[in-house]
This record gives sequence, C-alpha cells and structure tokens, in this order.
Amino acid sequence: MLITCPYCGPRDVSEFAYQGDGNRTRPDPASTDAEAWSAYVYDRLNPAGIHNEIWQHAGGCRAHLAVVRDTLTHEIKSVRFAREHGAPPHGRRTSGAKA
Amino acid sequence: MVEQLSPLEPVFRPGSYGNFVDGVGVTLSEIAPGSIVQLAAWPGEEKKLMATIGSVTGLKLADGAGAGASSERCSAFGFAPGKFLVSDASEGLATAFAGKVTAAIGTITDLSHGRTAIRIGGPKSEWVLAKLFAVDFSLTAFPVGSGISTTHHDVFTQIQRSGPDSFDLYVFRSFARSFWKMLCHASDEVGYEVR
Repeated sequence: MLITCPYCGPRDVSEFAYQGDGNRTRPDPASTDAEAWSAYVYDRLNPAGIHNEIWQHAGGCRAHLAVVRDTLTHEIKSVRFAREHGAPPHGRRTSGAKA
Repeated sequence: MVEQLSPLEPVFRPGSYGNFVDGVGVTLSEIAPGSIVQLAAWPGEEKKLMATIGSVTGLKLADGAGAGASSERCSAFGFAPGKFLVSDASEGLATAFAGKVTAAIGTITDLSHGRTAIRIGGPKSEWVLAKLFAVDFSLTAFPVGSGISTTHHDVFTQIQRSGPDSFDLYVFRSFARSFWKMLCHASDEVGYEVR
C-alpha cells in the first residue's frame, strides 16, 4: 500500500503510523459529560468502505495527514496535511516537480 | 569547540572490497562536515528562513518540497514542511545563524555531533540505495541538490543527492556504525571502495 504524502510523494505504508479515526470530535476539555467522553474514546463507526483517518508520516517528514481510505480495497482516495482544511492538495510532489 | 569523533572509526578501513574484479561499483566515504544544523520555520515564516539560509551559506534554495542546493563548502535541503538541514565544512554554523534566525522566524538545532554524514558515489549508488529504501532514486524523481527523509528498519535517514551518481546520507550518530556495516554488505555484490 502506498500513501502519497503531500510533502514527500508516494511512500510505502511502513513509513507511516496510524493515528486513529479521523471522524472523532473531542469534547470540551472542561466537559464532565461522561457519555460524550465515552463516545469520543470508544465509539467507532467501523465502516466497510470510505473512512476518514489520521496518519503520521513518522518515517519521513513527520507531518500528520488526513487520509481518506477505502477499508474494503485499501485504495487511498485523498491525502492532505491534517492542519489544512478544504480541498486535499495531494500529489504536490510528483516526478521531476522539484528543484 | 569539543573535538568531533567519528563513530565509524573502529570499522572504517580504506581499501577495495567485495566483487570489485570488474570495477568498483560504489565508493563509500565519511564527509565529516564541521557543522550540521537543523532549522525550522514557524508557519508562514518559511520564506524568511530560506532567505536567511541563502544569506549565510550563499546557497539559493528553490521553492518546493525537498528543494536544496550545495556548494564546495555548504549544503542545504528541505526535509519536511518548513524544516531544513544545513551543513558546512567548517564549525560554527549554528553561531552564524544565531543572530539571524530570530525567535519570531523559527528555531535552530545544532546537530553537528548528533549526525554522521556518509557519502555514496559511483555508477551503482542508485542500485545499492534502492536495496535499502523504498524510494525512487532516479534523476527525474530525485534531482541533484534535492533531499528527502526516509527510514531503513526504523533508522531515520536524510538523503541529499550531491551529484548525478552521488548521495549524502545523514544518520543518527548512535546508529551510524551499524548503518555503515549494512551499507558495506549491500555494496558487496557491486564491489566497493572505502576512502
């Protein structure tokens, strides 16, 4: 499986570390709503198909990435920096695109 | 300054080894730059940091992922968003940056004693490196001057292409000796010279 890092280009999945489900929203740290915290920590959709995920390019540029992956086929639909919002600027580094 | 000692010293033996009867495939050497410095820019300050690298080293960095350049004395390349590895043949590079990379622009980390720089050159260097790293080493995907960060079995490695068939590898000092031995084993089949 290859993940195209927005900075480094296509790299083997062994360079990446899975950081978890990208759909979670953390409750307000001051919140004492036990159900909301329980949902944040334990509830997962576990879909068969398109899934939003957070990965880190731990063996490369160390950036955190928002990846959309198909859990049935392992096809990577899109990759963007987790800190960026909006359209994924994936494929930024292609063959001969540097220098 | 504290004297720099090479971690390769116990295993570094100049000479020709392996299958070199039909010619030497790669040459392995230690560059031992006087200074290795990591610079990181705060978000939005990347251009100012690149301009500072240019004014201190005389190198012109192009815009874009992994872009880099090198001269007789210095080398620099981007290895992550807003982060650059800069080396100088002489000591004191961190001091040269200290007044110029202000706290508002970014940070300076002196890695002179923390990294070991190894150069692999020769017609088979792409072949040997491709055994260790799942990265496209062709000249079109990895042009001269540019750099990447990658790993081999969790040994984090930063690589800059210093010539059409020459690469500079920066590895953690504590892993450098075992990495060097592995590089020698990988070079065995093509014949290698240590110098």
